[in-house]
Amino acid sequence: MSADILADGRIARRFAALKAQRRAGLVTFITAGDPDPAVSQAVLNGLPAAGADLIELGMPFTDPMADGPAIQASSLRALKAGMTVRRTLEMVRVFRRQDADTPIILMGYFNPIHAYGVEPFLAAAREAGVDGLIVVDLPPEEDEELCIPALKAGVSFVRLTTPTTDEARMPMVMRNTSGFVYYVSIAGITGTASASNTAIDAAVARLKRHTDLPVAVGFGIKTPDQAAEVARVADAAVVGSAIVTRLADGIDGSGTVRPGTVEDVLGFVGELAKGVRAARG
Amino acid sequence: MTKLNTYRSGPDERGHFGIFGGRFVAETLMPLILEVEKAYREARADPAFEGEMRQQLKQYVGRPNPLYYAERLTEQLGGAKIYFKREELNHTGAHKINNCIGQILLARRMGKTRIIAETGAGQHGVATATVCALYDMPCVIYMGETDIARQQPNVFRMKLLGAEVRAVTSGSGTLKDAMNEALRDWVTNVADTFYIIGTAAGPHPYPAMVRDFQSVIGDEVRSQMQELEGRLPDSLVACVGGGSNAIGLFHPFLDDPSVQMVGVEAAGRGIEKGPLDHAASINGGRPGVLHGNRTYLLQDEDGQILEGHSISAGLDYPGIGPEHSWLHDVGRVEYAYATDREALDAFQLCARTEGIIPALESAHGLAEVIKRAPKLPKDHLMVLCLSGRGDKDIFSVAKHLGVEL
Repeated sequence: MSADILADGRIARRFAALKAQRRAGLVTFITAGDPDPAVSQAVLNGLPAAGADLIELGMPFTDPMADGPAIQASSLRALKAGMTVRRTLEMVRVFRRQDADTPIILMGYFNPIHAYGVEPFLAAAREAGVDGLIVVDLPPEEDEELCIPALKAGVSFVRLTTPTTDEARMPMVMRNTSGFVYYVSIAGITGTASASNTAIDAAVARLKRHTDLPVAVGFGIKTPDQAAEVARVADAAVVGSAIVTRLADGIDGSGTVRPGTVEDVLGFVGELAKGVRAARG
Repeated sequence: MTKLNTYRSGPDERGHFGIFGGRFVAETLMPLILEVEKAYREARADPAFEGEMRQQLKQYVGRPNPLYYAERLTEQLGGAKIYFKREELNHTGAHKINNCIGQILLARRMGKTRIIAETGAGQHGVATATVCALYDMPCVIYMGETDIARQQPNVFRMKLLGAEVRAVTSGSGTLKDAMNEALRDWVTNVADTFYIIGTAAGPHPYPAMVRDFQSVIGDEVRSQMQELEGRLPDSLVACVGGGSNAIGLFHPFLDDPSVQMVGVEAAGRGIEKGPLDHAASINGGRPGVLHGNRTYLLQDEDGQILEGHSISAGLDYPGIGPEHSWLHDVGRVEYAYATDREALDAFQLCARTEGIIPALESAHGLAEVIKRAPKLPKDHLMVLCLSGRGDKDIFSVAKHLGVEL
């Protein structure tokens, strides 16, 4: 059984608070800098009040191999607008001036971190107020690259588990994971198919046999109803592509963000939050 | 420079060549990657697998192909004695088929029923579509829309062979995007699908597996040179994109200290112009992580991957196989480069002096031969891997020479 080695961090405190409220959490994903730094910061700053309990902030990468079309497009928009790892950390710093409690987990691919330098990146991330990392292309086989240095630096390393993670692999996958476990509910890419409720129920039950950490479920959750279904059984529901798509809908053909887009995205997050909060009512 | 007892023992059990290689893939793929590794290890130990592969390489591919003494070119350059390893005479016209035969036999052994692959210039796509037709397996080839537009004949070839060619519109629509899309397909269809990677890159065990399947090139050169000259060659030259023909030629000779080796990268419009103008990952890039392995990459300061450029679509990839990165760092292999212009000149010289139209990829290797051979003594035995034939390139060459077809 793995337990959280960073038990006093924001992630652990947030899940403890959710448990006390007897409800699941809503984890929202946006790509840092999408579609431009100002709009992205406004969305990020508004997420807690809209009902996000934890925030995954995507670090844009040119080659997001595990992501579907929505998140790929959002990464390219952000890069085109000049987003970098440094600016992503700066967004977190700005966010922390107004919010000291909502956990932020950076999500992305290894190469931009590798280029920044692992130790300098971890120091800068911790200083900026980052609580955890999800790095898609670092399986437990490559733990020495970032996972172990991150844990030493006091940054959680949230592991992905998938329908293909078998019983034999599970202890290895759980070994150095911290904060929570992210269950990818389909074998596939983000924002495409959705798993059935029975499959998710079974998967969460299986994970709970292997860990005391909270289990968040994501990939394919598009509506408040689907989020509510997941929130019945999981400790948190993760929504990414649907939010990013909502944001993309607010961009017109010339790349200009229509007025009201930030409010619309946050309104959608509010609906998702309502679904999640009512799930065990 | 580090002196090692052997350069041929890599990778280690975790797929590392020094700091390079590894298995940087999403968790969904990891169990499958481990399964491929196990199946490959077992297949190598099984004489029946080796036997079927040898049989197909002989009867279907047409191996061994000749080690040909390029007499007129040798005379013209006035130095080293130049041999061509004639991979362009293989069925489908390039070395790519060697690897595809090996991988499809492995896929069948694993009980997989569907094949996917990525392609840039279309040579690996054609080779994959060919073995899929031979073994009656459904085949999906991912190809960037930019590449589809400039490689129409190969797109049609793949379709004739029964493959489905899927246009990749994400990113910049070239080889790296095709590889991303193939990985997305694989993640979604892990249960029944085998991914035939075309070059000696990607997550472990692919770099080692592709190298092993391509090592038939170097093994044949060794015995053919023994027969022709009674000794080892003095130098080996091959073009390097991902580097599968080069590693196949070099690997059997890595522990023969007298054999010098040169990999030739694509310098495009010139390395000094910066990473958007060439595709030379070692000469103009730095180590990073992409497509499952750590290796030299074309990337910006922020670790974003850059689109390389080369006149040759087969060398136009922002990375290189991890074993090459290691061989560079330990100093066993030298990595040179040739520009678009030099490759075009070599292409034409080869056609006129030897009556062989080489692939533009192979012409990069030949450009290096043209630079080196005149300075070497006449008893220096130099082998160029003529990795493919140039029929596919005549349209782009004509365009660059200002000729209307």
